[in-house]
Amino acid sequence: MTRPAGRGSGPRRIDPQAVVQALAAPLLAIVAALAITSLVIGATGKDPFHAFQVMLDFGSKSDSQIWIVNKAIPYYLSAVAVAVGFRMNLFNIGVDGQYRIAAFAAAVVGGAVSLPGFLALPLVLLTAMVVGAVWAGIAGVLRTTRGVSEVITTIMLNSIAGSLIGYFLQEGRLAEKEGNLFHTPYLPEATRFFTLPTDPDPIYGTILIALVIGVAYWFVLGRTRFGFDLRAVGRSESAATASGVSVRRMIVTSMVLSGAVAGLVGMPTLLNESFNYGTDFPAGIGFTGIAIALLGRNHPIGMALGALLWGFLERTGTQLEFEGYAQEIVGVMQGVIVLCVVIAYEVVRRYGLRRQQREVGAELAASPGAGGEKAEVSA
Amino acid sequence: MANHDIGITVRRGTVHALVGENGAGKSTLMKILYGMQKPDEGTIALDGEEVSLHTPADAIARGIGMVHQHFMLADNLTVLENTVLGAERLHGIAGRARARIQEISEKYGLGIRVDTLVEDLGVADRQRVEILKVLYRGARTLILDEPTAVLVPQEVDALFDNLRELKAEGLTVLFISHKLGEVMSVADEITVIRRGTTVETLTPERTSPRQLAELMVGSELPSPETRESTVTDVPVLRVDGLRLAATDGDGVARTVLDGVSFTIHRGEVLGIAGVEGNGQAELVEAVIGIREPESGAVELDGTDLAHASTRTRREQGIGYIPEDRQRHALLLEAPLWENRILGHVTEAPNSRGRLLDPRGARRDTERIVEEYDVRTPGIDVPAASLSGGNQQKLIVGREMSHEPKLLIAAHPTRGVDVGAQAQIWDQIRQARREGLAVLLVSADLDELIGLSDTLRVMYRGALVADADPAAITPEELGSAMTGAASGHLVHEDDEPPGPGAPPLPGQRSPQADEERGPDDEGGEAR
Repeated sequence: MTRPAGRGSGPRRIDPQAVVQALAAPLLAIVAALAITSLVIGATGKDPFHAFQVMLDFGSKSDSQIWIVNKAIPYYLSAVAVAVGFRMNLFNIGVDGQYRIAAFAAAVVGGAVSLPGFLALPLVLLTAMVVGAVWAGIAGVLRTTRGVSEVITTIMLNSIAGSLIGYFLQEGRLAEKEGNLFHTPYLPEATRFFTLPTDPDPIYGTILIALVIGVAYWFVLGRTRFGFDLRAVGRSESAATASGVSVRRMIVTSMVLSGAVAGLVGMPTLLNESFNYGTDFPAGIGFTGIAIALLGRNHPIGMALGALLWGFLERTGTQLEFEGYAQEIVGVMQGVIVLCVVIAYEVVRRYGLRRQQREVGAELAASPGAGGEKAEVSA
Repeated sequence: MANHDIGITVRRGTVHALVGENGAGKSTLMKILYGMQKPDEGTIALDGEEVSLHTPADAIARGIGMVHQHFMLADNLTVLENTVLGAERLHGIAGRARARIQEISEKYGLGIRVDTLVEDLGVADRQRVEILKVLYRGARTLILDEPTAVLVPQEVDALFDNLRELKAEGLTVLFISHKLGEVMSVADEITVIRRGTTVETLTPERTSPRQLAELMVGSELPSPETRESTVTDVPVLRVDGLRLAATDGDGVARTVLDGVSFTIHRGEVLGIAGVEGNGQAELVEAVIGIREPESGAVELDGTDLAHASTRTRREQGIGYIPEDRQRHALLLEAPLWENRILGHVTEAPNSRGRLLDPRGARRDTERIVEEYDVRTPGIDVPAASLSGGNQQKLIVGREMSHEPKLLIAAHPTRGVDVGAQAQIWDQIRQARREGLAVLLVSADLDELIGLSDTLRVMYRGALVADADPAAITPEELGSAMTGAASGHLVHEDDEPPGPGAPPLPGQRSPQADEERGPDDEGGEAR
């Protein structure tokens, strides 16, 4: 049976309309976010364009840029951890607790052993990943065996993690006192990650971890059978079951993977910055990760851009204060951007689906030979 | 362009049917009439007055109500709550609303139970709630989008009784379908739509299902069946003593499969007839491995699969066309080529080792689109944008592409237009000639009789009767489906044989009797 040319077969990959559509959403989001933020700044009685100018100027200084990159590393890892869950319709709100308890355990282990770096570093990283995986795995197991929503369990596990750390982070238990702070013993020199010798400040070597995780995320989800199964479950649990995926096992596996990545979130701070886990260890990165995963559409590069944007806003936001702008303006911007992105993508997605349905309809109307063909088929 | 030059006149107090293939433009027309989509040109007149409908709210205000194919009900609310939802201003949400609902229910014989939770209702009852909802909102013209697609024959009859009640009360019903027999029985007028344009309007007295089908397709239909037996004596699937219990909505455990045994041979199509809900769905899911039976054996080609995973079973050569293609056979948001991988991710050309082979999968998707005549602009469009018939063609193509030994086909042509239906039947016949064994479950008795080499009737989880498709009528099969007959069903000429009586040799199809081997004993009445 012959088909009219130019349909289905042939070397076609790039649909110009699809490209436009892919670019339309982020552009729409950025324009909308800028407009809304301008209105908000305007409403506070300040000049929005001056604010953007200040941010751009300050953000493009080289020390700012290094600060932003270093800040983006944990953000990115956190976003990937969340995205692993998102891709299969699991909402891991517990990245926060997972990375904190993982970093704490890693700090304790790293501070207690004195091994050469090539042994100690993998040991610390492995500890963090395993602890994070176990912490997230609890939620996965509870979901599959008891039917408890992972949203609830991971939130509760966050709180439990906080309490556990609080209990052990005291003098005479696992911590020592320095000034007003309690922290785990310092990691020995050998157990610290290298830095890249950039000017004026170094970039953390843990950026390599982020790169590896980003590539692995892309490869495993997009190019392996396992990744296909995972995405299938995310898109339709019933279809995945009928196709032969064990949904229960997949839930536990992906929670464990998400937790293992979450375990790495604290590593840039621990191995490049603080070298111990103390009461001042950064908290809340797990929640930032949710926003960045949404912003980056679970895409490995999108999330990297999102993490950098987040760092940029935080860095330049401090400068706005000196210029007399309200301190909260950055928080407003971050919220507005995430909302705009989510809405813009949904709008574009719906438009795209309608367009394709129309195309299919047009296809039917435009192939006059189809009636005859059909008779041929069934005769 | 989905529609052009549509001309249709629906008279008050009639049931007007709109028939056409999937993708012919019926749904688009309905959306225009219901204000969900705006026409580029042309006018709609209601009671002689030209109207413009911009939103469904406009349509509702003008007394047009729509019952969608996919129900729009909140499961965890009662019938009353679902009915008043969004229409709270009409009669409040309590006493007056309840009285009004009961009044409507009695007037049109809907038999509504106001305080039942929707999740406890069956499909037919849910549909009545949908009809109630539009009547409650004051509709005088009802649009029903393929209302019978989800119903079994008895329920269809009940629905048609309801429609006749509505008609008698002076309401107008516009009824979309592609089941021509049903259309003939209920409609006062029938309009055929093809390729987005109205072809002809007829009355049932002046036409026949065959003529309607030809108008829909735009060409002459193939003759329905050519039967030559391809059944061999090599067993492919052997199911023995399958038992399965399930808990229903009220938390009561009941036996859904009760000692089911049968054997399917190479080149044989075994058809399972039965009123829906008698265990066919569970049987299918037990064979593909989604449900684990309590006892019993499932053997494919001599390999025991009773405890194998669904994936193993698929890899061993079971193809599966599920009953609900949107929920079980497709990732609606994913492009066609990813849907081609679904269910066969471990097999070539979809993967090499543990890695996906997107290029191989894409190339093979192109082939399926071509060979199975899937109407689509390309393989990168999401499955959701295809019409039902084309989705099904893709699924059939996918399942046939892995040289299955056994094909499980549950309602393979449900909600599929006649063109695609004939094509899918052809493909099943073709594969059967090449030695495929098929387990066919269907509510369409003509399909069962036309395709099957052996027929079994399922009733309350057991195979209670068997029949020779060459010598049985849909009516006789229907009576066994209600549990009225069992054993071997023989076309009634003189004395009816009792349960389990041996088939009368040489009566109608000596050949079919020879095929029945000792393996088939298990399916006889238990």
